[in-house]
Amino acid sequence: MAKTQLSFNLNGQDVDVLVEPRELLIHVLREQLMQTGAHIGCETSHCGACTVDINGQSVKSCTFLAVQAQGAEVMTVEGLASGGELHPLQAAFMEEHGLQCGFCTPGMLMRGYRFLQENPNPSEDDIRQGMAGNLCRCTGYQNIIKSIQKAAADINAADNA
Amino acid sequence: MIPPSFQYHAPSSVDDAISILTQYGDEAKILAGGHSLLPMMKLRFAEPEHLVDINNIDSLKGIREENGMIVIGAMTSESALIASALLQEKCPLLPEAAKLIADPQVRNRGTIGGDIAHGDPGNDHPALMLALDARFTLVGPNGSREVEASDFFLGTFYTALEADEIMTEIRIAPQAANTGASYHKLKRKTGDFATAAAAVVIEMSGDTCQSARISLTNLAATAFRATEAEAVLVGQTISDELIKQAAAKVMEACDPAEDLRGDAEYKTHMGGEMTRRAIKDAIKRAGGN
Repeated sequence: MAKTQLSFNLNGQDVDVLVEPRELLIHVLREQLMQTGAHIGCETSHCGACTVDINGQSVKSCTFLAVQAQGAEVMTVEGLASGGELHPLQAAFMEEHGLQCGFCTPGMLMRGYRFLQENPNPSEDDIRQGMAGNLCRCTGYQNIIKSIQKAAADINAADNA
Repeated sequence: MIPPSFQYHAPSSVDDAISILTQYGDEAKILAGGHSLLPMMKLRFAEPEHLVDINNIDSLKGIREENGMIVIGAMTSESALIASALLQEKCPLLPEAAKLIADPQVRNRGTIGGDIAHGDPGNDHPALMLALDARFTLVGPNGSREVEASDFFLGTFYTALEADEIMTEIRIAPQAANTGASYHKLKRKTGDFATAAAAVVIEMSGDTCQSARISLTNLAATAFRATEAEAVLVGQTISDELIKQAAAKVMEACDPAEDLRGDAEYKTHMGGEMTRRAIKDAIKRAGGN
């Protein structure tokens, strides 16, 4: 099958790749662009480990054709830290032990990042609803919720400073 | 898991999309949100040779009011339904029910038209469309036609949509005065299809039911309206006993397939229970007791 020229912006950099139409975005990110932060968990759009940000929305990149990213702004967990500084959400996950094995963490961070922009002052229930598309088999979710609560407080405090 | 090879088309207008569909007929499939089709392609349950991605057709997205009707573009995402102030005010059943579909990421991609046109009895919008008495605009090579929801769902993965047609719009009347609506869905976990779900729209006058529409998700080969259950309520003073009788009529009409969510008896029973709860909620919202 003929390959298609695909151009999009990944974490602030323009990238060009040749892809088959049937290739999923998660595979192109990991195997061609070597951005292995986003993980392949279930490949059935349930677990959320492959969550990335596309044009300002959280998307499960295992259920999104790479060709559909033509011209898009894509952000993966690799784009979260800047200037050697962890994003406040990453720092909060470290502080509050929001991970154990870490497999779900890239998806949790990318969903949490977008969620806190959609809802900067979430209640615990809002967080549970907003993060419902990401599964974690280690933590029991409690520390993930605490991490997001802490990140929300830290981000809001920095914005008001 | 990677889908089988296909030729990818991304038209930017409905006309272009229809020309492609007309050219390739049964070999082509429309790609809407992709959260039903792509998983089926990964499993080789679907192997279209041509995939017609309609995500770039802007005219298929958005929610507006026109001549007293609510018009929803078929490519409007579940997230957009939930966020719509117009729907929250004039058709609160839809945003409420959309919150029960899948999860935030999937709702960003999944579309109302895709959910309807896929023909899966487990999808939620078919029963909602039946309860809301919706009309669908289908556009094909010979122009457009309108089909009522009650004439659209013909069987499992089988609808009135022809291979060379695209669903473009969904039309729903704003919720009338003294009317309440509710959707109750039993699911095992986030992201699962309904074990059983019931959509109810009821118009009350004091304690008397003026009209009722009851429809069910995942309890037969396709979503369906339980007209005999509706007839139990209409013109009557509502009581718990009457609601129980309506739920019993729903259970008589159920014919669910056994699967990991339960056997037919359990699902049927849950269909009755979801109906009972949805009727009670709808009546309360209509201003009855």
